[in-house]
Amino acid sequence: MQDTKELREIYCDSLLEMAETNKNIVVVEADLTNCIKTGRFKAAHPDRFINVGIAEANMIGVCAGLATCGKVPFCSSFAPFATRRCYDQIFISVAYSKQNVKIVGTDPGITAELNGGTHMPFEDMGIMRNIPNMVCIEPTDAAMLKSLMPKIVDYNGPVYLRIMRKKCEQIYAEGADFDMFKAFTLRQGNDVTIFASGIMVSRALAAAEKLKSEGIDAEVVNIYTWKPIDVETIVKSVSRTRACVVAENHNVHNGLFGAVSEVLAEYCPVPAEAVAVRDQFGEVGKIPYLEERFGLRANDIYDAAKKVLTRKN
Amino acid sequence: MEKQKLDFLNAKSDEIRKILIEMIGRLGVGHVGGSLSVVDLLTVLYYDLAKVDPKNPKDPDRDRIVMSKGHAGPALYAALASKGYFPMDEIKTLNQSGTNLPSHCDMNKTVGVDMTAGSLGQGISAAVGMALAGKMDKKDYHVYAIIGDGESQEGQVWEAIMLAGNKKLDNLTIFLDNNRMQIDDYVDNINSVEPFDKKCEAFNMQAIRVNGHDKEALENAIIKAKNTKDKCTCIVMDTIKGYGVPWAENKGVGSHSFSISEKEWREFCNKETD
Repeated sequence: MQDTKELREIYCDSLLEMAETNKNIVVVEADLTNCIKTGRFKAAHPDRFINVGIAEANMIGVCAGLATCGKVPFCSSFAPFATRRCYDQIFISVAYSKQNVKIVGTDPGITAELNGGTHMPFEDMGIMRNIPNMVCIEPTDAAMLKSLMPKIVDYNGPVYLRIMRKKCEQIYAEGADFDMFKAFTLRQGNDVTIFASGIMVSRALAAAEKLKSEGIDAEVVNIYTWKPIDVETIVKSVSRTRACVVAENHNVHNGLFGAVSEVLAEYCPVPAEAVAVRDQFGEVGKIPYLEERFGLRANDIYDAAKKVLTRKN
Repeated sequence: MEKQKLDFLNAKSDEIRKILIEMIGRLGVGHVGGSLSVVDLLTVLYYDLAKVDPKNPKDPDRDRIVMSKGHAGPALYAALASKGYFPMDEIKTLNQSGTNLPSHCDMNKTVGVDMTAGSLGQGISAAVGMALAGKMDKKDYHVYAIIGDGESQEGQVWEAIMLAGNKKLDNLTIFLDNNRMQIDDYVDNINSVEPFDKKCEAFNMQAIRVNGHDKEALENAIIKAKNTKDKCTCIVMDTIKGYGVPWAENKGVGSHSFSISEKEWREFCNKETD
């Protein structure tokens, strides 16, 4: 079942709600106001809304300057332009300078669909994860984004938020509460753990159902905060299941598979398989084509689980 | 400008140059040329026109001074030390392990530094953000950003100038340290940024060109900038890299970063012994 609201609607609703009491919230856009739909914020708070035009590097620098004066700027663009286009600005003016800037990258991975390879970020979480102290979150659905937004505002430090603009598959009930720094165990199981993020969560749940029909008991853990990653939940789960699959709408290099593998190698080595983009560029297409093209279907998770089970000691 | 005031400012810029040369001299090497070319401006700002208080360096109402050409950190540190932002002894720690005075400006390490810079083109964007915050909060602080001419080959400088001009940020003054040299050669031989004043005017800003070592001219230009409503001003300062230290000035393009002997700095600073 789909969410009733688009994530961009939740994003703007949350900003508007918080802006009533938090006068420091500022929205900064680079000509994609109509895409992220923050026009309602502009209408309500014209004095706290800045559109810098198509100039992402300057957008990040302006946000850093605003933050030095106590503002809490939220800026956004399509994920590749909110991250790799202005990487050094984020690195130096925001992170190295310890400025409280929130960066929103939209249309993660294959959800960029018809914008194609130039706009299809399989690397954004990887490059952001590589910046010291950068918190990297991919909210799963509307309920989660709604719960996390006030926490992101209260958290004093840079955050990268990777969100779909449109409606997600609903995973969580409205009003659900999430800890910004914890993973969420959606389904308990003993044979294999599936760690999933973003659009891969619903696919992981479908794969778990199929595995169940064969008597395989899969645990599904939604890791939405990739950094800092919830080591405790990962270790607890794989200590029991002794095998895992990591499913992400992202390049296998330096993404969630990388992040989870770092934890496994250091604390609890078990066999792991990745369902991820294999070092490729994106291309135009609709989701059904792209998920097949890049191997991001529920069936790919199912196959990976079967494979990892053969490697289990 | 009254003679008494000019004498005072000249004495202060002499003092800042000596602190700067001692700071880099004790280390033995550093960004000498482009630090010396902004000393006269820093003197006018810190000792005359900027609303800053070393005892209250984080005052939300203070004027901001952003050294976007972050490699001129030593010039800024010398000005801050002379103003008493931190103990003078700290200048001996430039670039030493664990120092609060790194090569490039770091707002989280050095008391009085308003923005981290060093990757060129970035400080000016932050200065634009500070000016926008001032407008939002209806505060009357002024933001001063110092950029280099070589730095202005970075596209981000023009993104920032375009926005500052179009947003009519009359609470922001941008200074171009037009010393005409960069690491590899003269700026004009690499990729000229001139006519800088005309470019700024085309970006809907007011531009004023002055001799960047003439304190009276600098003061007049800054006062004019601050009195101009609804326009951001760029003050193009024609400067000389290494100004005020003959053996630095004589190095020309080589003055960007070079080694200083103990004899040289001690002679310049009139400090035969510690």
